[in-house]
Formats: sequence, C-alpha cells, structure tokens
Amino acid sequence: MTDDNPPDLTPLDPAFVTTTRIVTALGLLPFVIGAGALEIAKLLPPGSFIVPTLLLYAFIAFTVPARKYRRWGYDMGVDRLRIVRGYLFYRDTIVPFGRIQHIDVDQGPIDRRYGLATLTVHTAGNHNSTVALPGLAHADALAMREAIRAAIRQDAL
Amino acid sequence: MNEAIDDPIKVTAAEGERLHISGLFVGFVSGLPQLVFPLVAAVFGVRETKNPALIPIVIAAVLILSLFFRWLAWLRFRYHVGDHDIRVEKGILSRTARSIPYERIQDVSIEQKPLARMMGLGEVKFETGSGDGDDAKLSFVTLEEANRLRALIRSRKAGAVVAQEDPQAAETEDDETIFAMDGKRVFILGLYSFSLVIFAVLGGLAQQFDFLLPFDVWDFKRWVGLAEESGVSVDKINGVGMAAQFILAFGAFTSLIFIGFATGVARTLLREHGFRLTQTSKGFRRRRGLLTLTDVVMPAHRVQAAVVQTGPIRKWRGWHSLKFVSLAQDSKEESNYVAAPFATLDEVWRIAQAAKIDAPDGDERLRRGSARYWIIQLLLLGPPILVAMAALVIFADASFIRTTLLLLLLVFAAIMFWLDWRRYRFGLDDQQLYLQRGWWQQQLTIAPQVKVQSIEIAQGPLARRLGLASLKFGIAGGTLEMIALPLTTARAIRDAVMRKVATVDYSAINQSH
Repeated sequence: MTDDNPPDLTPLDPAFVTTTRIVTALGLLPFVIGAGALEIAKLLPPGSFIVPTLLLYAFIAFTVPARKYRRWGYDMGVDRLRIVRGYLFYRDTIVPFGRIQHIDVDQGPIDRRYGLATLTVHTAGNHNSTVALPGLAHADALAMREAIRAAIRQDAL
Repeated sequence: MNEAIDDPIKVTAAEGERLHISGLFVGFVSGLPQLVFPLVAAVFGVRETKNPALIPIVIAAVLILSLFFRWLAWLRFRYHVGDHDIRVEKGILSRTARSIPYERIQDVSIEQKPLARMMGLGEVKFETGSGDGDDAKLSFVTLEEANRLRALIRSRKAGAVVAQEDPQAAETEDDETIFAMDGKRVFILGLYSFSLVIFAVLGGLAQQFDFLLPFDVWDFKRWVGLAEESGVSVDKINGVGMAAQFILAFGAFTSLIFIGFATGVARTLLREHGFRLTQTSKGFRRRRGLLTLTDVVMPAHRVQAAVVQTGPIRKWRGWHSLKFVSLAQDSKEESNYVAAPFATLDEVWRIAQAAKIDAPDGDERLRRGSARYWIIQLLLLGPPILVAMAALVIFADASFIRTTLLLLLLVFAAIMFWLDWRRYRFGLDDQQLYLQRGWWQQQLTIAPQVKVQSIEIAQGPLARRLGLASLKFGIAGGTLEMIALPLTTARAIRDAVMRKVATVDYSAINQSH
C-alpha cells in the first residue's frame, strides 16, 4: 500500500536505521551465543548451527531495519498528526491535536548517542491510547511537542 | 487529562470532619470474614500449648485488636470539603493527604450495603478519570451527609457555591424519571437471565472447603451407601426399567431448568429491584438494588457512545438493553453504564436521545462487510483439517469414512462465519457512526463522530491481498472497529470523520461543552 501513500509523508531521521540495527543486534545476541555453544558441543557436522544462524542474524539485524525505516512516515498537519508504519501489518493512524491528552518525548541510551528521540502522544481512547513515533531527531521531537501544545492551547481558548 | 488549573491552597484537612462513629461498627462486622484466617491461625497456635482455656481469650484478643486498629484509623481519618477540592487525610503511621479537585471528580456515588442501610449510613465514593479506580472513599457517613456532599460537589462543579446547610438543594431539582422497571418487568428479565452458575459456585465451594466436610464429596460409593442407608436401593433404581429411569431423568432435568430460572430471577431481583433512571439538569441518575442500594450519577456530556444489546429471543419479544460507554467504570463486572437493562426500543431511543445520541433514522447507509473477508478465513481452516484427516488415516489407521466427520467442523465454522457476516453492518451519517455485529449477542454501537479520539486504518497480510482494511476508532472507554471494508471506503470514512473531529476540541473529555 506504500504506493498510494501520499508522497508528502515525512521520513524518519536516517539514524533510525543505525539505532534499530544496534538494538536488534543486541537483542538477538543470545541466539548467536546459543548457536555457538551448540557448535562447540559438536552435535552435528561443523557449521550446521552457526552458519544458518549467522546468516539469519545478519539479515534481521542489518537488512530488516533499513526496510522498516522505509515503511515509516509521518505527517504533521495543522490540526492532526498522521503516522504510517508497517508493510506486512500496515497501520495508518491519525490523531487530531484536539484529542491529545498529554505528550511525552523519550530518549533511551542508544537514542541519545545518535541524537534521536521518540514522541508519544496519549489519547483518551481505549484503542490507540498511546501512539508512538520513534526515530525523530531530538530537536524535531521537541519542536513537534511544542507545536502540538500550542495547537491544543489555541483550541482550548 | 486536563491540567489542574487552581493553585493548591494551604488548607489541610486537620480541622476537617470525621466519619460517622457507627461506621466503625459496620466496618468491623463486614470485615469479620477477613479475620477468619488470623483467628484460625491463633487458635491453632494456642492448641500447641495444650491449654484450651486460652482459646476464647485469644479470639477475644484478636477481635479487640482489630476493633482497636479500626478505631485508630477512624481517629486519624479526616475529610475536608474546601473551595476547590476535597481533601482526605488518613493513615495511622504513614499519613496520606489526598486532594481531589472538583474539576476532576467524574462521579459521586452513594452505596448502602444492608447493614449500613439499617443504621442509616452510606458509603460515598468519588471517582476521577484515573484508571486504577481507588480514588477516595468515605465509609461511612450518615445518609444526609452523603446527599449533602453529592449536592455540594455537583453544584461546585457547576461553578456555583450553594450554601452548605441546604442538603436537599440538588436532590429536589428537576429529577424527572425517564425509565423505571416495575416488579413484573424485573421478573421477566430474571427469566431471560437463566443461569446455572449456582452449580459452578457450589462445586467450587465444595472443592475449596472439602477438608471441612466429614466425608469425601466426590466419592460415588459413599453416596450410594448413604442412599442405601436411607432405604433406597441403587440396584432397585437400576432395575426399575426404562420408563422409570426416563421419568427420573426427566425429573432431574426439570429441576435443573427450574433451578436455572430461579437463580436468574433471584440474581436479577437483587440487582435490578426498583430500577429507576432519572434525568437531572446534570445528567443521569440511576437507583437500583434490593439489599444493596446503589445510586450512580452519570453526567450526560460524558457519554461517549451508546450500546444497544439484544439476543434472538429477546429481540423476538421486543426487548433490548441500553448501555452508555464512558471512561468511568460502572461496577467491577460492567464497564459501561447500564441505562436500561430491559426495555423496548422506543424506551431505548428515548433515553439515548437524552444523552444526545439519535436512533438510526435510515439515513446512516448501513453496509455489509465484504464477504471475501469471511470466505478467506474459512478457506484457511481447510488445509489444517485436511492434514489432520490425512494424518489420522496414515498414522493412526483410522477408517477414511470416520475421519470425514472432521469435515463437520468445517461446516460448523461455515455456519458461524455466515451468521457473523449476515448480522454485521457498518455505516455513518452526518453525526454518528454505527456498528452492528453478533447473531447471538446482538450489539449495535452508536458513537457521535465528534467523540472519536483517533482513527487508524489497519491491514494485515491477507487483507492487503483482498484490498480490504479495518478501521479502528479510539473511543474513551470503549472500542469501535469496522472490519472487512474496501480500502477506498475506509479512507473515505476516515476523511469524513476527520472533518467532523478536527473542528471540535474534545481533549477535555470531562468537561461539558
């Protein structure tokens, strides 16, 4: 469905690819270690554990984040935030500023290293009570937060 | 939630009011079940000392200790009704001071359990929008005080300050009954609430406490023995022949049915007796209950959506129920506010109208979901069943004819999917969203478009193949998900709703507009 997304979607910060790679690589490391241990135990011919595991590992940790990045996009409208993500499980969410209850800007340790942040908006709805937009440059995230807050205040007046 | 606007003023509840002293006794009595385990433990402890005279002393000590701590807690509990908020200070050693701004209070409910009712006391609960539910509770105050507090808070929320000495001010205003159920209707509702839950409860109790019984409940031989002792020979029952056994079975079946209906009627009577929904200037007020009276107020502007439910038999007889979706929880079992448990459609729409939700008037262009959505799910069920059949024939030497019985599963699923497709409708008009689903538990959800909090178009891998999508609306306190619609339709609906939504600021869902 990416083909009929309006082209005016803003992509995430390219550093998002790097941070996702690091996070995925760290998260999957135990599996590689496990495969290494099985390899050392010499249960099957050499390489029957470690080779497929490493190939899969490289694919998931290196190629997938780049694809994921291409599927993300957002659009800051005058009165709404639109977030599009996913290919296999495609989600296209719109949150009107007038419905946002509060806003978070989060930064994890890896994010901080690359100057990224996650913007999370909270709504009162049971479904989509939190909508997160990761991979924003920290300054952008702060600017978006201020813009949304200003929009809310203006609405409330 | 909306930011607290008023500055915290340095008012402590220290000079505030205490709860009613009789509440101490009510709390003590209703807390007795919790004392069973400490008591049992204490008695067992004493038994070790081989001095039976100590047992009553220990029991008395546990009871007195409990009463003493309740008294301490009572002594250290104060509440103060201020200009901007309600303050509660409590805690024997670690003190808690809580301030609840009037703007945040969503609901004030008064509950009277049987014992409290006998003593003219009530439990006042303040509910705010926070999820955990345990906001503030005054248990117990006199009923007049409870009514005074509620009237006061209602008027404070409205901005006006009513003289505190005028307890009935808000009670006697335009309290207009818009729906009530008489004894006959409660009884009919009870018949529809057929339930065999009592057997589950008895079974559970028997399992929990079977160590207390002098024999093993599950020992069939023991029961046979009991029967023989009282002169009934089991051999005789076995020997009476088909007809008599049939009569016995019929008797057992009939009594089961009777118990089911009786349980339904009793439970319904306890909960719904004297059901009365009134409309005040602020919203809805519902009173019901036989032994435990509840009295819950729901401001009309907090209604986020209406849910009309019925079932095949109820619908045939013209009965429906109406619930309002909101952020506040009605009770532990029901998250929605029950506005009418058993009403005709006319009554339902009249109540909904009071909450500014309109009946479908034929203009809402209700549409069916795309049948492909259900067909593909059915097709997906095929391969696993075929594989299971093949596996049975090959590995378990099952006869082919018998394994075809598995295909009945497919037939059953097909019927279920067909019924689901047949009952499902979605649509919208200029103001509202409509969603109808379910063939057994039939449900129609109506939500004003301006109360939508977010919109999401979602597509799984299969749906994309079919060009279908689902449309999920964020509703405060509920869900509304349209499924099996073409992607273009989903986009069109989203755009239409967004045009409505973006024009109104509704982030302050707790405030009236």
